[in-house]
Amino acid sequence: MSDVSQTYTQGLDAAPGGEVGDFVELLKPRVMFLVVFTGLVGLVAAPVPLHPILAIAALLCIAVGSGAAGALNMWFDADIDQHMERTATRPIPQGRVTESEALTFGAILSIGAVGCLGLMVNWLSAGLLALTIGFYVFVYTMWLKRWTPQNIVIGGAAGAMPPMIGWAAATGSISLDPIVLFLIIFIWTPPHFWALAICRSKEYERAGVPMLPVTHGDDHTRNQILVYSLLLAPLGCVPALIGLGGMLYLVSSAVLGVLFVGFAIRCWRVREGEEGHRVAMQLFAYSVLYLFLLFSILLVEKGFGIGGGALPALWTI
Amino acid sequence: MEDGDEEFKRRRHKRNIAIALVLGGLVVLFFIVTIVRLGGNVANRAI
Repeated sequence: MSDVSQTYTQGLDAAPGGEVGDFVELLKPRVMFLVVFTGLVGLVAAPVPLHPILAIAALLCIAVGSGAAGALNMWFDADIDQHMERTATRPIPQGRVTESEALTFGAILSIGAVGCLGLMVNWLSAGLLALTIGFYVFVYTMWLKRWTPQNIVIGGAAGAMPPMIGWAAATGSISLDPIVLFLIIFIWTPPHFWALAICRSKEYERAGVPMLPVTHGDDHTRNQILVYSLLLAPLGCVPALIGLGGMLYLVSSAVLGVLFVGFAIRCWRVREGEEGHRVAMQLFAYSVLYLFLLFSILLVEKGFGIGGGALPALWTI
Repeated sequence: MEDGDEEFKRRRHKRNIAIALVLGGLVVLFFIVTIVRLGGNVANRAI
């Protein structure tokens, strides 16, 4: 038994009572930031302005809902987290928080976030938040993650939902615009995660998680990364074509998309050894920057009215 | 063993303070949201 798994076994026997920081760590704060950010873009991009206090309340509920899903994920995945360097230091494998504490914490926060969003904003957005948490925990974490190499492709739907929740919070409805934002994150997720998975495939294999590089090999994964990147680049420009983004968005998304494909081609070509891993990690890092910039530009255009108006009617769909 | 008890009590005390702050924040948030949602409707009611 490895040192890490010994720690985990001790952790199962540990008495309840972690530090406040341990419970904050269960919420996956970095994931929460991206979720809140994309949710904010959905809120700001919506044609109906929401009162700032209600917008803050909505974002708070989205953040807590995301954190709750993260806590429930850590509760269920504690047995495989111990086998991976990236996750072995999480509170449950380390024995700082017990499994039952994490389960209770996540369940209470999930119910609280959905209930508060429904009561304070509207029940469509609350329903979408409940769907997101349920999909992430029951479909992705408990089923897909350990069953199929398409886990993060289908499971990516949960991570793609926040702009729709934000939009629904502001408008009380769903239209084509937030669905396009959903699709961008949905198609972005596979190349983003697979680039990391190529470098961490041994850890995933040890943990028994059927990530694509483990089941189909690095070469097949690189092919898939390239295919998804080629789909993502034009899809990233669509918000400008349906009137959601303006000229600044169109030019930026086109340049960012071309760069994304460039990184993906490099990842596809350089396959061997350390250099292959380095190039894959570069794609991973750029993918985070890509999504952040794409949504930031939309935020700037919609929130501050910067970047010029909508495209000429002939250009839009 | 006593050190362990003291440590447990210290952590529990900190968690209790955190829970109190969160609940207090929720009370304030619900109050403000109520005012926001109610405010316009009260002003615009038929007299």
